[in-house]
Amino acid sequence: MAGPEANVTAGPDSDGRAPMQGGINLAEVVKESAIAAGIAGLLSLPLLGLHAANVGAQLLLRTRWELFFAAVAVVFVGRFVLALFRDRRKRPSHGPSAFDRTLHVIHERMLVIGIVALVAAVILPFTEWGGDRYIIYTATTFLIYVMLGWGLNIVVGLAGLLDLGYVAFYAVGAYCYALIATHFGWSFWVVLPLSGLFAAFFGVILGFPVLRLRGDYLAIVTLGFGEIVRVILINWYDVTNGPDGIIGIPRITFFGIEFRRGEGTFADLFGLDFSALHVMVFLYFVILVLAVITNLFTQRMRKLPTGRAWEALREDEIACRSLGINPTNVKLSAFALGAMFGGFAGSFFSVRAGFISPESFTFIESAIILAIVVLGGMGSQLGVVIAAAFVVVMPEVFRQFEQYRMLMFGGAMVLIMVWRPRGLLAFRSPTILMHPKDGKKTIVLKKEGA
Amino acid sequence: MMLMRDLSRPLETDIPADALLEVQHLTMRFGGLVAIDDLSFTARKNEITAIIGPNGAGKTTVFNCLTGFYKPTVGRLTLNHPDKGPFLLERMEGFRIAQKADVARTFQNIRLFSRMSVLENLIVAQHNRLMKASAFSLAGLLFMKRYAKAEKEAVELAKYWLDKVGLYERADWDAGNLPYGDQRRLEICRAMCIQPALLCLDEPAAGLNPRESLELNDLLMSIRDDEGIGVLLIEHDMSVVMQISDHIVVLDYGRKIADGDPLAVRTDPAVIKAYLGEDEDEAIPEDIVQDLGLSTRTGGTKQGDGGNA
Repeated sequence: MAGPEANVTAGPDSDGRAPMQGGINLAEVVKESAIAAGIAGLLSLPLLGLHAANVGAQLLLRTRWELFFAAVAVVFVGRFVLALFRDRRKRPSHGPSAFDRTLHVIHERMLVIGIVALVAAVILPFTEWGGDRYIIYTATTFLIYVMLGWGLNIVVGLAGLLDLGYVAFYAVGAYCYALIATHFGWSFWVVLPLSGLFAAFFGVILGFPVLRLRGDYLAIVTLGFGEIVRVILINWYDVTNGPDGIIGIPRITFFGIEFRRGEGTFADLFGLDFSALHVMVFLYFVILVLAVITNLFTQRMRKLPTGRAWEALREDEIACRSLGINPTNVKLSAFALGAMFGGFAGSFFSVRAGFISPESFTFIESAIILAIVVLGGMGSQLGVVIAAAFVVVMPEVFRQFEQYRMLMFGGAMVLIMVWRPRGLLAFRSPTILMHPKDGKKTIVLKKEGA
Repeated sequence: MMLMRDLSRPLETDIPADALLEVQHLTMRFGGLVAIDDLSFTARKNEITAIIGPNGAGKTTVFNCLTGFYKPTVGRLTLNHPDKGPFLLERMEGFRIAQKADVARTFQNIRLFSRMSVLENLIVAQHNRLMKASAFSLAGLLFMKRYAKAEKEAVELAKYWLDKVGLYERADWDAGNLPYGDQRRLEICRAMCIQPALLCLDEPAAGLNPRESLELNDLLMSIRDDEGIGVLLIEHDMSVVMQISDHIVVLDYGRKIADGDPLAVRTDPAVIKAYLGEDEDEAIPEDIVQDLGLSTRTGGTKQGDGGNA
């Protein structure tokens, strides 16, 4: 991260305390607020002030002056405050905001934060929260989305190929385990790698027709691909059991040892009292390991020729060709490896749920995974975690607001995008440094939106 | 069954031994528009060959044909690789021209990987070598020594070129944050990092100030003399073209109108006509002669785009 602009180490708030220039014209501000309040009054008179009420068979027009005046007052005060602080906002800032700096520090300390987060994740089941099934369940869901986000990050964040049909690979992985396990009784641990391979194969199948496409066109075709897979799952009744889904998918085993009551089971072997929580905690650790593998793989891949070619392809495909890089191979490898992790996550999903149906693999899932990648900041591994926490945990936290929770979720998402158009952690560290020693000293922060 | 022979590798060629690139009867049509019309020329080893011509003469189209971005309508483009033997470029798929025949190019509008660091840009350029060394990244994934060694060599090569153009200190900057002149130089470095046999530069001096132009001259001459690489150059800046070119090909409306050393081209009546749009026997007004410096070093080929409209 380098740039001639704005040094991070510039003193905080060096500009924030400067005396206001020219002062504020109070009359102007009041006038402006009055106009805004007047417009609000005109609008809210029919909308809030009048109310049609059914009384018996009659329709009466009631007035609600308290609401009307409240709305006008809110607009007046709001506009007044806004106008007072507008000058402050308009002054050009001499450097990144405190928030930018905080995010940059987070980015700098990525490794430490990552390790702390990992340790926290490992000890979570052994803390007092670990006894709460709801928390373990939500944490597992969260980790599934983190893993999907990291998988899609390969395709979207690194290779720059906008994929709106990622859920298709998730579905392929899920059905792969569900079908093989119910028909042939193979263990999860055998099918897990198979489903990854199978999903990767589907990634290549998707990759071939879209090789020449970029941007919007690519997005449309991948969207179609996601729908094709879902429609096949619904209609190919003989194999997939159609919309009824597949029930009775064998549960996960502790590498062959079952989680049940009785002799030779997990609880028996480890001398524990049987608890339904054991299998949940085990599932939690499985997805944690899978997610960490996804992360380490991607981190390592970025430092290898293939990963660097992905990023180069995102930056400029024509330049890649001129350097003798085969764009076909680069794109297909990104699609295949991204899909592979989707497949792993899918087979985990089906072993956890025990039941899958095409319902679980609708476009909204693709959209959520993509939102995680974009909100987090394209290509940022830690950003994906933060965004996944936001996307999965927020709706849970706001459960008490019932039907408003999706509204709040959507609103928060819009706010983030307005505030940080390139995602929360839109920083990129070079994969190799020529001067690793003084890298820390010369960090300069590029201004957002440049 | 007969084994398939690589059709881009001719068994024998009739081109002279000192030729690096032989362009024969190259024609490129876009529908009814003839962008290049029966162009033939030779670029020799260890020489800088410049292609000049007024705007829209088809210079960049020649480059795009050479580097596989266009398939020529007619023509044969033979690259006589000093180590690997002859290649027929018109039969090769775009990226393979850089991969197998070692033809590198830069672009008129700079095409760096702007959000990657300067060093990464140069490492990406060595993609094919690193892929081979790392067994398609597998060796790297398993932390094998051979990849670490190959990467180290790649960094050394990058360092060599960064030192050469004075960008070593800025190796960890984002390429997009470099000043314009540095970006131009970096693009040349990146092309050199594929270790080409032929380097094609599309207007490398565009947007450079006079001092930077001079530095560019030194760099290009060093590439020719120290590295022994043939350079093919499109340029409008006559101070670059006339000083460093060994051989100049002049295009106008897709046709070759002159071909020779700088002195011959500079005094060629057809070239003067193409650039200035004057009849040869018509006297050029005194003030224009002065403005264009026709009597001075740059002669009649000083670039002026007003004349050829």
